[in-house]
Amino acid sequence: MRRQIALILLLAGLLLAVRSVPARAEALVADLTNHLVAITTGFTGTSVTLFGATDGTGDVIVVVRGPERDLTVRRKSKVAEVWVNTRQVTFQSVPSFYGIASSKPLDDIAPAAVRQLHQIGLDNLRLTTETPLSQTEAEEFRAALLRNQARAGLYPSGVGQVTFLGDRLFRTDLRFPANVPTGTYLVQVFLVRDKAVVSGQTTPLVISELGLDAELHDFADRFALAYGLAAITLAALAGWLASLPFRNA
Amino acid sequence: MDIYLPIAGVSVDVFVLLGLGAAVGFLSGVFGVGGGFLLTPFLIFIGIPPAVAVASSANQLVGASVSGVIAHWRRGNVDFHMGAVLLIGGFAGSAFGVWLFALLRRLGQVELTVSVAYVVLLGTLGSLMLVESSRVMLRRHRPGAGRRKLHQHMWIHGLPLKMRFRRSKLYISAMVPTGLGFIVGVLSAIMGIGGGFVMVPAMIYMLGMPTAVVPGTSLLQIIFVAANVTVLQAAGNGTVDALLALLLLVGGVIGAQLGSRFGSRLRGEQLRGLLALMVLAVAAKLARDLGVRPDDLYSVVVVGTE
Repeated sequence: MRRQIALILLLAGLLLAVRSVPARAEALVADLTNHLVAITTGFTGTSVTLFGATDGTGDVIVVVRGPERDLTVRRKSKVAEVWVNTRQVTFQSVPSFYGIASSKPLDDIAPAAVRQLHQIGLDNLRLTTETPLSQTEAEEFRAALLRNQARAGLYPSGVGQVTFLGDRLFRTDLRFPANVPTGTYLVQVFLVRDKAVVSGQTTPLVISELGLDAELHDFADRFALAYGLAAITLAALAGWLASLPFRNA
Repeated sequence: MDIYLPIAGVSVDVFVLLGLGAAVGFLSGVFGVGGGFLLTPFLIFIGIPPAVAVASSANQLVGASVSGVIAHWRRGNVDFHMGAVLLIGGFAGSAFGVWLFALLRRLGQVELTVSVAYVVLLGTLGSLMLVESSRVMLRRHRPGAGRRKLHQHMWIHGLPLKMRFRRSKLYISAMVPTGLGFIVGVLSAIMGIGGGFVMVPAMIYMLGMPTAVVPGTSLLQIIFVAANVTVLQAAGNGTVDALLALLLLVGGVIGAQLGSRFGSRLRGEQLRGLLALMVLAVAAKLARDLGVRPDDLYSVVVVGTE
């Protein structure tokens, strides 16, 4: 409830701000309620609200892209009664998360060419492989990548709803699952008018491990050998402590 | 209550981990084996990436074995001399195993290798133990039948570099325990197991050690092999989740104490028979999974994390 009031106040403030500078007004202004999502020990997923205003009527499309990673897709086939990975393809710089929201069905507001240009929708995500593939194989592996990412909850299927409050104010909730990858996300907001993108804005969102977990992970990365030694010392100590109560048994 | 595991990068229910640790600890208390052969498949089953499951199980094993060795050492049942010789082979084996593991990761065959290794090992050992224990059980009903020779000579006893092991009352070639240590070291690195279920039968049947000193000595060398694997995995592959290992240990310690009390009420051959059935059940499950067509023939991994 308190968050909602804060949001309304923010939106009102934003509206006033937009009104008070009519001379050089942006066609589109958007921001997140939170620019940093902290993954702590109890993290089970979260949602971040995006809100904004346009300078007139139009539709809004929001695309969330996670930090880019190289992904390897492997295909199994049956070799002597056993399923074995027999083919692997590596895709370069694939967004580790991809979500989309729109104020109206995409087909109604943006033609295919526009969506392709701005990589709006999973079908238009540009994916490149390390080594060139045949047409059929490329399609097969691309579909497999999208399917697996969707199953892991990293490429949510369907289009989220961007809600307009009146003609100019809009908001949407961006949802992130518990297994969301860490790093810097880009939230792209497109203002679409008469089947063309007339304005766009990109806002960063940082998802990062915080607290003890983050420090542990950081330490494990930077001082791998010391981390390994600490891990065995800790385990040995725990084992010794555990044997104490049973000394006389 | 979910907890986020930093290295594994997934959220898992704390109570599932504690319960899993306790169940595996119970079994290790009953049977005197580490239980890693059950732990690693279960961790993979609940969604921990295979590489992290293998490496963190090794870490967990360090603690569990320390606890076990202390208990056996108090009763004077540890052959330190034999342990040291086993270790020489163990260190070489685990270093080789970690290198092999990294190679398999690049080739994308970790999962398959681990599964096949489990099926072959568990299947063979389970069958051998089942045959042995049921023979003993049958023999109880026919007293006097089938007296065995006190000491059997095999090709193993003809090898050079003979060495005397007082505690184990043995005079054998040092190459035998070194070779055994090497094999167990490799297994430990690629399967995340201490190798207790390989080491224990091998010590009894191959080396001919007295049964009383076997568990303590086996656990002693497992501490060092598992510690070596943990450090090498952490430094080379970055796959050790210390938090995961600690949570498993907490449950494991409690389970092990309950298990050892329960185990003392059963006869030796009954214990071995039960263990054999359980080992065979795991092997059968893994073998079946290898041949079942996966729901999706394609899988995706982030490069360098697997």
